[in-house]
Amino acid sequence: MTEPIASAPRDGESSSTPDLDPRPTLAVWKFASCDGCQLSLLDCEDELLSLADAVHIAHFTEMSRATVTGPYDVSLVEGSITTPADARRIRQIRESSRRLVTIGACATAGGIQGLRNFAASGLYARTVYAHPEYISSLDTSTPIAEHVNVDFELHGCPIDRNQLLEVITATLAGRRPVIAGHSVCQECKGRGTVCLLVSEGTACLGPVTRTGCGALCPAVGRGCFGCFGPAETTNTPSLAAQLRRQGMAPVEVSRLFRTFNAAAPAFLDESVAQGGSIPVARGVAVQLDGPEEHS
Amino acid sequence: MTHGSHPPRVIGVEGLSRVEGEGSLRVEVHDGTVIDVALEIFEPPRYFEALLVGRHFTEAPDITARICGICPVAYQMSACAAMEDACGVTVDEQVNSLRRLLYCGEWIQSHALHIYLLHAPDFLGCADAVELAQRDRGAVERGLQIKRTGNLVMETVGGRAVHPVNVRVGGFYRAPDPASVTALIEPLRRARDAALATVEWVSGFDFPDVAGDYRFVALRDGDRYAIERGRPASSEGLDVSPAEFADLVVEEQVARSTALHARLEGNDPYLTGPLARYALNARELSPLAAEAAVRAGLGPVCTNPFRSIVVRAVELVFACEEALSLAESYSPPDPPALTVTARAGVGTGATEAPRGLLFHQYEIDGSGTIRWARIVPPTSQNQLTIEADLRRVAQGALELDDDELRWRCEQSVRNHDPCISCAAHFLDVTVVSS
Repeated sequence: MTEPIASAPRDGESSSTPDLDPRPTLAVWKFASCDGCQLSLLDCEDELLSLADAVHIAHFTEMSRATVTGPYDVSLVEGSITTPADARRIRQIRESSRRLVTIGACATAGGIQGLRNFAASGLYARTVYAHPEYISSLDTSTPIAEHVNVDFELHGCPIDRNQLLEVITATLAGRRPVIAGHSVCQECKGRGTVCLLVSEGTACLGPVTRTGCGALCPAVGRGCFGCFGPAETTNTPSLAAQLRRQGMAPVEVSRLFRTFNAAAPAFLDESVAQGGSIPVARGVAVQLDGPEEHS
Repeated sequence: MTHGSHPPRVIGVEGLSRVEGEGSLRVEVHDGTVIDVALEIFEPPRYFEALLVGRHFTEAPDITARICGICPVAYQMSACAAMEDACGVTVDEQVNSLRRLLYCGEWIQSHALHIYLLHAPDFLGCADAVELAQRDRGAVERGLQIKRTGNLVMETVGGRAVHPVNVRVGGFYRAPDPASVTALIEPLRRARDAALATVEWVSGFDFPDVAGDYRFVALRDGDRYAIERGRPASSEGLDVSPAEFADLVVEEQVARSTALHARLEGNDPYLTGPLARYALNARELSPLAAEAAVRAGLGPVCTNPFRSIVVRAVELVFACEEALSLAESYSPPDPPALTVTARAGVGTGATEAPRGLLFHQYEIDGSGTIRWARIVPPTSQNQLTIEADLRRVAQGALELDDDELRWRCEQSVRNHDPCISCAAHFLDVTVVSS
């Protein structure tokens, strides 16, 4: 009968060309995401060709149809785990990677699609699809670190391309990347941006959000909405209390903490403290019945 | 059904590369005839239309931007247009011009990415742009220079290139200061020249001789090449409002795809994107872009999907010229945004993403809470046409060996710059034959 006789390898499986190149190998993998973080690598227009000289880009589907077998020196992983097949695939990738770095809010905190974690089982699939039974999807969107060991997490929605270059350089050199963990609020002070929260009463997550964007939003007159997730040290109850004093309803405060990093513990806890629903299966990747691999 | 005694020839690509997102392709041939093709989209669904319900209407531009990292501005613009439609607000020309400038930045960035990094390597037998750079570093550097300029426009107007922060329902949070916009002029001139060189470069490629029988759909916006607004129009004379168009589009779910397939009600599949825009709006191109199209040998309509790379390059010239003209005549909108007050109702917004028409529809209540959302990205609309192309292209190339045929099929899909993360999330290609 019908048999695939000329199939290219699937992500995470070993096949194709063995790597005889002496350069370190870099692989880029995608899970549930928008592609924006891996695009940040292609957005390094000034460095892309030099980077490609220095490292062997061994697997990067968005950029190349060539792929070489692992193991890989460094794997960059974008996206969150939302299907049973992907929960298996990330384990294979971990096994074939010496260092595994997650890039972006989806991979580090479940991403915007993590909002499904707060909905009733199957509700989202029924809302979007006439035949939810065709869809093999978990009820949760979980960060990579809930499935495998992760060597470094780079935050942001999207990540910053200069931080990405630092992470790649440091990881290849065997040192820890130097990435700031302080808040957007401190960055605003450094830039001399007038505080919107204090001067205009604008809702702003700057005091509890990790820097990395360059404090862009306050600079254009809008409150920070938390793209980079929680800073290393946060006092979310204090900020929430301030926002409440300024007249925000609890539901609005809760919603402010629930966007691209809703599953990050500091933001999750505060959103629940403000009356937001409790996640259906916090920290657990529920295995639903459904088709196995699609290939 | 039997198809003779020979086993079928199956060509498959399971992890389609150089596209945005995850999908596969499969072509099955029996006795010299392509009997089945499938563009399968495995991108895990992210349920945007569900997660938007209960959010505030002002959040839609930032949330929907996260559908696609390559065309976030398209999502922001369609979301803003839909919300403004729902609330009965029309932005003034200055705000609209700034939106158009931002959108041109995205077209420049996305088209340069697709032409140089995703599509051109196919025509030159390279696995990727890195291999291409080993042969012609100057060409790849030219592409990266154009792409950088697109990103610079997005950073200047939008605050950052991926998921801009300066866009809001009603306009912008802050109008960029005139000096920063003036600083775009020189890079845009260089990008325009590089775009002209791009048209010349790609028009010299070898193109398989294929002609599609397309029903084209694109926005029309009077005498302007439509980008950030317009009325949906078709090559068969359709001319309707975005809301009327949304009523005509029927989406179907098929088992092989997490993307919904769109058709015009009672009609065949249709195609949106550069070929459609060019067919319907070529007269509105800027002079340099129109001349470049003539020099490249494009007639009034281009139906060879492989030559979409030439059309995309012509649009690149147009987007650079248009951005240049908008930057030269820029004066900051004051105020940078209209105040938009929530009003219960339904709103529709349609704009031209780099890869085709994107429309959003929302129902909001009087407090501004989203009650219902519908987002129809270009790749959902193009998916059936991409499959029809694949059948035509494979049938005409059966003399190729499996590896070559597989590559040709991949290239056929890449002709339409599919954005699978938009449509859902991963594309795989397989060819089967006997």
